[in-house]
Amino acid sequence: MALLEVSDLTVVFRRRGEAPFTAVDGVSFAVEPGQTVGLVGESGCGKSVTSLAIMGLLPRRGATVMGSVRFEGTELLSLSPRQMRDRRGRDLGMVFQDPLSSLNPVVSIGLQVTEVLERHRGMPRRQAMVEAADLLDKVGIPDPRRRLDEYPHQLSGGMRQRALIAMALACRPRLLIADEPTTALDVTIQAQILALLAELVRDTGTALIMITHDLGVVAGLCDEVNVLYAGRVVERAERHELFRRPRHPYTHGLLASIPRLDAPRGERLVPIQGSVADNIPWDHGCAFAPRCPRALEACVEITPHMGEEGGRLLRCHNPVQENQEVPA
Amino acid sequence: MLRYTLRRLLQLLGVVLVLSMLIFGWLRALPGGPVSALLGERGTEEGRRELTAQLGLDQPIFVQYGKFLGRALSGDFGMSTGVQPGDAAVEIFLQRFPATVELSAFAIVLAVLFGIPLGYLAARRRGGWLDNLGVVGSLVGVAVPVFFLAFLLKYLFAVQLGWLPASGRQTGGLEATRVTGFFVLDGLLTREWDAALDALAHLVLPAMALATIPFAVIFRITRAAVLDVLDEDYVRTAESKGLTTDVIRRRHVLRNAMLPVVTTIGLQTGALLAGAVLTEKVFAFPGLGEALALGFERRDYPVLQLLIVMAAMVYVLVNLVVDLSYAVIDPRVRTR
Repeated sequence: MALLEVSDLTVVFRRRGEAPFTAVDGVSFAVEPGQTVGLVGESGCGKSVTSLAIMGLLPRRGATVMGSVRFEGTELLSLSPRQMRDRRGRDLGMVFQDPLSSLNPVVSIGLQVTEVLERHRGMPRRQAMVEAADLLDKVGIPDPRRRLDEYPHQLSGGMRQRALIAMALACRPRLLIADEPTTALDVTIQAQILALLAELVRDTGTALIMITHDLGVVAGLCDEVNVLYAGRVVERAERHELFRRPRHPYTHGLLASIPRLDAPRGERLVPIQGSVADNIPWDHGCAFAPRCPRALEACVEITPHMGEEGGRLLRCHNPVQENQEVPA
Repeated sequence: MLRYTLRRLLQLLGVVLVLSMLIFGWLRALPGGPVSALLGERGTEEGRRELTAQLGLDQPIFVQYGKFLGRALSGDFGMSTGVQPGDAAVEIFLQRFPATVELSAFAIVLAVLFGIPLGYLAARRRGGWLDNLGVVGSLVGVAVPVFFLAFLLKYLFAVQLGWLPASGRQTGGLEATRVTGFFVLDGLLTREWDAALDALAHLVLPAMALATIPFAVIFRITRAAVLDVLDEDYVRTAESKGLTTDVIRRRHVLRNAMLPVVTTIGLQTGALLAGAVLTEKVFAFPGLGEALALGFERRDYPVLQLLIVMAAMVYVLVNLVVDLSYAVIDPRVRTR
């Protein structure tokens, strides 16, 4: 049985006086125990909303969540807020994008770590402090005992993200969701944090959902990759498969727009033209068609279905063929 | 921290000195004066001259100020000419100070006790009935003049319903032992429960009138601050850790939202004396506010000079306490 099974997850935001907005539109994927799965796409594709829906962190008013999220066989979407609260931090942990704003500025690092231990593992404060120092040590924070008494503004960006990872992993959750955990960090620190995450999930057997817009992050970390566009998964493949042979024009475009060190000098980057439309037009044709260099007439008329092909899922009428260049 | 406090106290000296000069000059620039206030229309020219000389008002203003400052440094602020003629200004201040402090403290406690929890609830249920009622109510609270509200309260609860006393600090003829000058506290200390209760009953209406503006401001600031904090990433982090609602509320929402609220409480406490002048007048409450009003009517220079300087000192000191309390709640200030 999969550890986490998301099927047909749909999130609609309703605001008074505005048309309903479908941020996530029937997303399905599964995570096996210990597996690392990537959710990739540009801003607004619904990857963060997906993660918040899994965690039960979307506002109760204004957001409608449909579909199913099963964790070890339990349907999370039908749990009461209280039951969900018991699971968050214990079974599911989460690391967010901006480590400075994600930490409470007026509460010491120590208390922010121990409060999880007290809540879910029933540890008394004193014992939790010892454990917290141990956790900070594990995520590579030097002199952890001193750090416990410090406040977020006294730590560097990398240290803060390490502290957040320590909090998320404090109760050894079976699933960790990392939402752009390196985006707000310096490049050198990014690599350190990714290496740390890779090491931690390997050592603890924690499954990881890695949410990112950065294919470089995916390349180093994920077993399986889901590419999202406008609230739907457009391509899913095993990591090496995806990088070697991107089939969806969108995936292809994402890969082509990454600068490469081995490219000849002066070669231009190939950007994907345009940007994601505000509302998602999947009901009529392919949402990517307006930006797609391979769009056919059928693409604007018939909504493509998810098809399977050699262990890969693909939602496209005119996929990129092997060894074929996409005309820019 | 100690050096910071000392520096602020030193600044206070400067503030007081400059303020005393301004007050000194400003009072004398007002039309009328103690002489015409004392003698009225009927005073003879000779009598006026005599009294003016007696009060030292015939000397150049710089000389007057120099003498005032010299005596003030030794704690002598002169004799009252109008409020309680013949009493030392300092005596009047000491007599009335506890009354105003007691009233203000009660008012601020009321404002905080209602303002913060209601502000929090209004923010949590934004757009709900409590929120709407609170927002409208606080607007009315700020807009209605204090003296009007004071009259309204007095009319309704004291005159019509007769639930509470209409004026003063204690019922006439009540025998009570005085220890500190804070009547409620005195009653508790001496175990004269009826005296404590009597003093408390006299405080309720004026404190309610005095508390409306601070309550309205504290309510609004709390509501706005909580709304801001609820949107913060660290509250989402706290939620993602599955913490209990109680811990999230106390540790993650309120502790951050309290930063602007504490400043507001400080400013409101400092500004309370302005409201006290009107409230004490309406309820004939024998505090500093009433003395101040009376002092202006009768152009009682010594009393006014002392009271205004003391009011400014209290204001500056309250703000110092607020700034210092910041260091307690906000570690970012502490390490700077």
